[in-house]
Amino acid sequence: MDDSILQMINSTLRVSTPLLFAAIGGMISERSGVINIALEGIMLCGAFTAAAVSLATQSAPAGAAAAVLCGLLVAAAYAFFVIEIRADQIVAGIAVNMFAAGATAFLCKILYQSSTSTPSLALEYRFQSAPVWMAGGVVILAWAWMKYSPLGLWVRFAGEHPEALDSAGIGVKRVRWFAVLLSGVLSGMAGASLSIFLASSFTRNMTSGRGFMALAAMIFGKWKPIPAALACLFFGFSDALQIRLQGVVLWGSEPVPVQFIQILPYLVTILVLAGVVGQSRAPKALGLPFRSS
Amino acid sequence: MRLLRRVQIGQVLKPVFSVALGLTLGLLVTKIAGEDPWHVFKILVNSAFGSRYDLGMTLVYATPLIFTGLSVAFAFHAGLFNIGAEGQLAMGAFAAAAIGYRLQNLPPYIAPLVATLGAALAGGIWGGIPGWLRAKRGSHEVINTIMLNFVAAGCCGWATIYLIPNLDSQNPETGAVGANFMIPHFAFFGEAPVSFALPLALLVAFGFWFFLWRTVTGFEVRAVGQNESAARAAGIDASKVRILSLFVAGALAGLVGVGEVLGTAGRFKLGFSPGYGFIGIAVALLGRNRPIGIVLAALLFGALHKGTSDLDLETENVTRDISLILQAAVILCVSSEGVWDLFLKRGRKKEAKNG
Repeated sequence: MDDSILQMINSTLRVSTPLLFAAIGGMISERSGVINIALEGIMLCGAFTAAAVSLATQSAPAGAAAAVLCGLLVAAAYAFFVIEIRADQIVAGIAVNMFAAGATAFLCKILYQSSTSTPSLALEYRFQSAPVWMAGGVVILAWAWMKYSPLGLWVRFAGEHPEALDSAGIGVKRVRWFAVLLSGVLSGMAGASLSIFLASSFTRNMTSGRGFMALAAMIFGKWKPIPAALACLFFGFSDALQIRLQGVVLWGSEPVPVQFIQILPYLVTILVLAGVVGQSRAPKALGLPFRSS
Repeated sequence: MRLLRRVQIGQVLKPVFSVALGLTLGLLVTKIAGEDPWHVFKILVNSAFGSRYDLGMTLVYATPLIFTGLSVAFAFHAGLFNIGAEGQLAMGAFAAAAIGYRLQNLPPYIAPLVATLGAALAGGIWGGIPGWLRAKRGSHEVINTIMLNFVAAGCCGWATIYLIPNLDSQNPETGAVGANFMIPHFAFFGEAPVSFALPLALLVAFGFWFFLWRTVTGFEVRAVGQNESAARAAGIDASKVRILSLFVAGALAGLVGVGEVLGTAGRFKLGFSPGYGFIGIAVALLGRNRPIGIVLAALLFGALHKGTSDLDLETENVTRDISLILQAAVILCVSSEGVWDLFLKRGRKKEAKNG
């Protein structure tokens, strides 16, 4: 096969990896009925933690483990606010994102005397290709889990008919807690694959909207694991393409404006939601807090 | 009577308490950096209100927040959640700059008026799109407005770089608007560019109140927001109201461009907004969607923004990033106010049992 095509596939898979983790995480949370705009912020926290811990321990797996733990903690705080206190899920999500942007820059300054980036990691302390395989595994696991396990079924019921789940004697809140925590774990890993796999350090606001792009992929994928994963690959491809096309002249004398490739995922999502390209329906109880009677 | 009074006092006390709690929690974070939170707080207050200039800068930051707060609140009264103010304000500001750049020779007084209308119209159209999509295609405005924020950033970026760039600068910004477009500043605040955008914001806040609570259309908007099926039964065209509401919300956000382009920068700078659209959600929430509340909340967030800007110089380790943490803490505390209702109810039940 042509070398450049292989390269393109390779970079598509790499760029898609953080999206895959985050989109699957977001899907699990939203299928349980909890909107998760906080993905972006949790990813950012994960990215910082992974970079900092990998630097300290000189081990990428340790960094990833710490990122996962950090994602779990931030998601726990989010879950507490939206499930227990019943704070508005969108407002709380925006607050988590602001907090993450502030806190990572703040800690970066204290630890490394720079609020823009962490010191660079040597190549041998970063992941080479492991996250790509892990992301693939996560997609397949999530698909089987949602479809065949009882807990997966409960998650779907918590998002569609929480009352039915409740009357079956299963705590809706507990199922939602579990789903949000799981989405935190995956978003933490998404962050780690940004800072210690795709890049060699944490840089300020390095997620730059990828959490929202993961949400878009999840919607494009109709809140289902395999289609969501395909959407991530498509967005990853357009991202990789945009990097390749930077400054390339295709027609006329002007280079291709990258801005139009950048907005493609978001335009597609709007069109899909409007029913122009397929149909996509959100879980019925999405965004509604549950009160057990 | 006593109950009524308690409820009203609660309406005022709850947000004040939430803000105080949020600020305290946020400031305690500075302890990690080895600073004295009280010392940091004093720097904050001094830097936000210490001099005419400082107060002026606080007002400069508060002005766009009044517009975005009103924008979010207007949609909210129609039962819609506008997370798209960030994109709408970018479109509005770009439109103002484009008009000012292309029509350099418009006469004084007419020029800023045209640019202001253009900003409102551009923001309005950008808000009307998700309104139309919600009304006609049933797709949720929350997702569409988020997506349109990114689309707006892309479009403005492209148009700024390729259509009307400032050729004398390396920064992504448009060429300067004509001199007739610039609106006057208040000399009282010295160097701080407190322009006529501030009184415009206050005027618009008054118009917001008048429209929603004193006109028939405003009543229809609130009716759809409070009970859509009842509104429909009363013969109100809910989808028309939805489109109109997000159009107005977008226009309000678009007016941010007046202060930024015609008052301060004189051009559109890509990425000029430090998240005014998102902070507007917090402003509306804290201000209880009422114009006076929104103006006060915008002042608070403006003061936070200005206050933290001096921290880089005045402290060892605390940077202006702390403002994000403070804002997040305040938003979380304000959005968790449902907790107080739970406690109050429990307390009242107890009272009823005992009494």
